[in-house]
Amino acid sequence: MTTTVPTEAAVRPSSPGTASGPRRRPGRIRRIGLPYLLLLPALLLELLVHLVPMVIGMVMSFKELTQFYIRDWTTAPWNGVDNYKISVDFDAPVGEALLHSFLVTVAFTLLSVALCWCIGTAAALYMQDAFRGRGLLRALFLVPYALPVYTAVITWVFMFQHDNGLVNHVLHDQLGITDKPTFWLIGDNSFFALLTVSVWKGWPFAFLIVMAGLQNIPKELYEAASLDGAGMWQQIRRITLPSLRPVNQVLVLVLFLWTFNDFNTPYVLFGKTAPEAADLISVHIYQASFVTWNFGTGSAMSVLLLLFLLVVTGVYLVITSRGRRTADV
Amino acid sequence: MRTTRAAAVAAVTMSLALAATACGGGSSTDGGGSNDSPKTLTYWASNQGASIEVDKKVLQPELDKFEKETGIEVKLEVVPWSDLLNRILTATTSGQGPDVLNIGNTWSASLQATGALLPWDKAQFDKIGGKDRFVDSALGSTGAEGKDPAAVPLYSMAYALYYNKKAFADAGIAEPPATWDELVADGKKLTGGGKWALGVEGSNPSENIHHAVVFAKQHGADFFTADGKADFTSDKAVAGVKQFVDLMAKDKVVAPGNAEYAQNQSVSDFAKGKTAMLLWQSASANLKSQGMSEDDYGIAPVPVQSGAPGTGTGVNSMVMGINMAVFKNTDNIDGATKFVKFMTSDAEQKILNQAYSSIPPVKGAQADAAFNTPANAVLKDTLAKSAVAAPQVADESQFETAVGTAIKGLFADAAAGRKVTEDSVKAALEKAQQQMPAK
Repeated sequence: MTTTVPTEAAVRPSSPGTASGPRRRPGRIRRIGLPYLLLLPALLLELLVHLVPMVIGMVMSFKELTQFYIRDWTTAPWNGVDNYKISVDFDAPVGEALLHSFLVTVAFTLLSVALCWCIGTAAALYMQDAFRGRGLLRALFLVPYALPVYTAVITWVFMFQHDNGLVNHVLHDQLGITDKPTFWLIGDNSFFALLTVSVWKGWPFAFLIVMAGLQNIPKELYEAASLDGAGMWQQIRRITLPSLRPVNQVLVLVLFLWTFNDFNTPYVLFGKTAPEAADLISVHIYQASFVTWNFGTGSAMSVLLLLFLLVVTGVYLVITSRGRRTADV
Repeated sequence: MRTTRAAAVAAVTMSLALAATACGGGSSTDGGGSNDSPKTLTYWASNQGASIEVDKKVLQPELDKFEKETGIEVKLEVVPWSDLLNRILTATTSGQGPDVLNIGNTWSASLQATGALLPWDKAQFDKIGGKDRFVDSALGSTGAEGKDPAAVPLYSMAYALYYNKKAFADAGIAEPPATWDELVADGKKLTGGGKWALGVEGSNPSENIHHAVVFAKQHGADFFTADGKADFTSDKAVAGVKQFVDLMAKDKVVAPGNAEYAQNQSVSDFAKGKTAMLLWQSASANLKSQGMSEDDYGIAPVPVQSGAPGTGTGVNSMVMGINMAVFKNTDNIDGATKFVKFMTSDAEQKILNQAYSSIPPVKGAQADAAFNTPANAVLKDTLAKSAVAAPQVADESQFETAVGTAIKGLFADAAAGRKVTEDSVKAALEKAQQQMPAK
């Protein structure tokens, strides 16, 4: 028996070797199969909740799905890549509007993420040293993040109103900065109204994550640096930011995806039809499908958005991880 | 070992349960109605009163009455306007909807095209007392011409000019304006000192559309050709839309702030005396709930370009109203028909339309003295003589969104002090037209 052990181990390196053949096999299958079995409910749920609707959406994007067919969408005629052609034909109105909306969304997302990150990081750094009332301030900073989105944004709608809004009351009536009350919810200024609400809502998350990341940086590093004569800026640049790198990598990506896809904020702020200057892509697609009842084109736009975000995420992860690897070496 | 097996069994059971619920749960989506559950009905009512609570108070006693008469229990849900169309679309797609529902009458043709609503052919109409119980103007907004109606008229409404009597007296104006020129002239007297002459809902696409259709019609234009093609950019349509937006842009009788109104703020402004005039449909109940007494305001027909309201260019309102429809896949088709019969009976029509300050589309009820007050007389007259039906085309709801949004943008321009010119109006309408489904 013992002589067979090495050959058996060579054939099946993972087997323990003491096994005496087929009799133990059911037990092993059970041991290996159990994790998969336990994962099955989660896998099925994932399929049900995420993948199946996504695939159905992709199928719909190849159909002419208007009000005539929504009662049974499987009967809608196939129209090949027509929906995609319409979506990306930037000389025609639908494509042009989509491109405009895309560019607005990109500009909005870049600004919002940058501001959220800067404000969140700055606040986290200031809150790092203990002082009286720090706990209270930390809790206060998290309020916008903890509030339900709808409640918070509706409050902003009231504040941005032209006639009775708080913003105009302060800027125009009290400070006299503007000649006449400004329109925030219609026209070009709506972009800044949207940006304000988005940053207000988003920066506490950056603050929370950066704050957590800061706790992992050993104090000794700072002590050593200050002994070497490094000032505060140098410490931030040479110790804090490099140490936060893995945290920031995830934080920026998550902020980007959330902001780019944000539907609630513009929808509550502007209703079903957003002003052109603040026509974010999520609301634009909603309008293209639900308001005009053209679900095929809407699905095609969604698929394009999905592809774009996949590419961006992939490229981002490749670039940032490569940078980190070289930095580690 | 025992726990492992238990866990495995639990996992498999749960997976099976999940799979089963994923496949099951659907009711009859094959289209045909049935009488499988004859004792209950689900009813989606539109929000007609000042609030959803008010609607429940108005409707529940009537539903109880119906249950007593027929033994059928009606489960009521009042759906806010902002959700109603989406809810109907979702119900259409999933086949999981109410048995009976209210629809805005302008949506009739669009929803008819989905094929989800029960067509009201002669046999079906006969079950509720025949088609000729209803007035013609209301029947004109129940679906595309030449097809069996997709719904039955329930409440009729028309636009009217509500004016604040005291503001008019203070400005020395004896009569409400009958033409737009008069309205603008009066408006200049009424505007000033933080008060404005007229209120509009500039950011509400549907409100914009209701006015735009009438203004275009007064200039002799339709937004759709006879064969149902979009035609938004004719000179006359442009002139009509421009005249509407010019009330703010050029005539300056509408406060710029109204450009962002979409939640009936213009009704509140009127009730509070901030504006002296309001173009609205059946506003009485709403104004009352906001504390404005009926003696404080008068009701006059919406102005026209010249002369008196009538047909053709004398049109001064759309035929507004609510229709009642039955989902084709209902599992209580007889009960649903009985319920529609009940709601459109003379007695119920009197009760409901009085509660909502609308006009009954049923001839027998309309003759009742309750609908002969001066206020109702204006609405009745408008509906009978000078109201135009919404375009009964399948793309109507897209039209509401596209053109309504274009006008929202024009109001935003006017509010920001930008020039609203024929070219800018035409460009906005052109863009709206290009968004319409190509055929």
